[in-house]
Amino acid sequence: MNSFTFRRADAPDTAVEALAHDHAAKLLGGGTNLIDLMKQGVEQPTALIDINPLPLAEITPLPGGGLRLGATARNSDTAAHPEVRAQYPMLAQAILAGASAQLRNMATDAGNLLQRTRCYYFYDPAYLACNKRKPGSGCAAITGFNRIHAILGASPECIATNPSDMAVALAALEPTVRVRGPKGERHIHFADFHRLPGKTPEIDTNLRADELILSIDLPRSSYAAHSHYLKVRDRASYAFALVSVAAALDLDGTTIRSARLALGGVAHKPWRAEAAEKSLKGKPATADSFRAAAELALAGAQTYKDNAFKVPMAKQAIVRALTVAAGEQA
Amino acid sequence: MTGTKKGCDHGQCGSCTVIAGGRRINSCLSLALVHQGDTVTTIEGLAHGDQLHPVQTAFLEHDGYQCGYCTPGQIMSAVALLDEVRKGQPSQVTPELRKAGPVELTPDEIKERMSGNLCRCGAYPGIVAAVQQAYGQTQS
Repeated sequence: MNSFTFRRADAPDTAVEALAHDHAAKLLGGGTNLIDLMKQGVEQPTALIDINPLPLAEITPLPGGGLRLGATARNSDTAAHPEVRAQYPMLAQAILAGASAQLRNMATDAGNLLQRTRCYYFYDPAYLACNKRKPGSGCAAITGFNRIHAILGASPECIATNPSDMAVALAALEPTVRVRGPKGERHIHFADFHRLPGKTPEIDTNLRADELILSIDLPRSSYAAHSHYLKVRDRASYAFALVSVAAALDLDGTTIRSARLALGGVAHKPWRAEAAEKSLKGKPATADSFRAAAELALAGAQTYKDNAFKVPMAKQAIVRALTVAAGEQA
Repeated sequence: MTGTKKGCDHGQCGSCTVIAGGRRINSCLSLALVHQGDTVTTIEGLAHGDQLHPVQTAFLEHDGYQCGYCTPGQIMSAVALLDEVRKGQPSQVTPELRKAGPVELTPDEIKERMSGNLCRCGAYPGIVAAVQQAYGQTQS
């Protein structure tokens, strides 16, 4: 691990000032990804700014019926929170499907969004080619072992996937991310928070280097009654998704008023399937409707040597998740 | 203190599990500076003299180990697990997530909640039995 300086932030503004002063500094929340990447030599921050002392750990109701998840609220507390469980059960499911109890106790909600999009080539500096780790060095995964890699929205520069479960559920719930920078606060729509790799895969999000996440603000949801998070993976617990699906339906009897659908394990960011959502609007909640939506969701898929299995897996997972969501009773 | 073990050093195996500020964490991914002022309990802090913690006794009685390297982490994790269940914290396999309420600690719940602790000797059946026994003893 590289040498670094350490300081505690005593207010959001001091954290922002420290970032503005040193762009190679990093904020430290739970550290479950950052400290690990520092041990690997992948991340080499000059300074760590501990934001755990900041008063950002609360989960509080928003006027109008939404819920504010404080930046440093722990994943485990978020999943166990009665309002999260009642209003956004799919979010609790997704969080609990990720990592282990120990890691969820450490990881913060903002940190979950900022964990690196990654693959094993990114994580291992013994491989020289990784555009995400070293811009311009190439991509070892495209011609390498690419079973876990992206099938949607990738670029010739990077085919890594975002590993978050929580972020997949959030993509379907459309929160905004409230951030503070040197010039004050701004709100980022969740759909715009994470980036596709394009020609700059070293940048995972649209959060600026001198910005601090304050909270994730969830709007009031009409999807609590019919939603489901389905994660498909190599073992039943404590493994990243090969494919995951966050599916939510607003039903009028058996007719779909509106739908939300997001996929994990398939792209550089949590993947919102908007065309599939639109196709479900006004349709009966039947297997035929779900199968048609699944086809649309995977229409643009591009596979590599080892990951073609993800396309039928994702389609079937979508049908299954929508079927379970439709059958759920609040 | 030599009880807490370094295993994978990357938060993947759980052998470094300690309870800090009342929560089980992977100490390998934690800077001591971040826990200044917190109470940290390691495996050394469970027994009172020769009187073992119920979870320690249960691991002995059910052969919840073979080589023993992962055992301090397993036991710390199990101790925290019992506390989490008492507080009604859900897991991925909890049947009713929407409503907060008591959790029934079934074998499936134990397996899911202990999945952050790997045992390469494969003592899992003994570990599940040990957690069940300790749960029964500490419930009343």
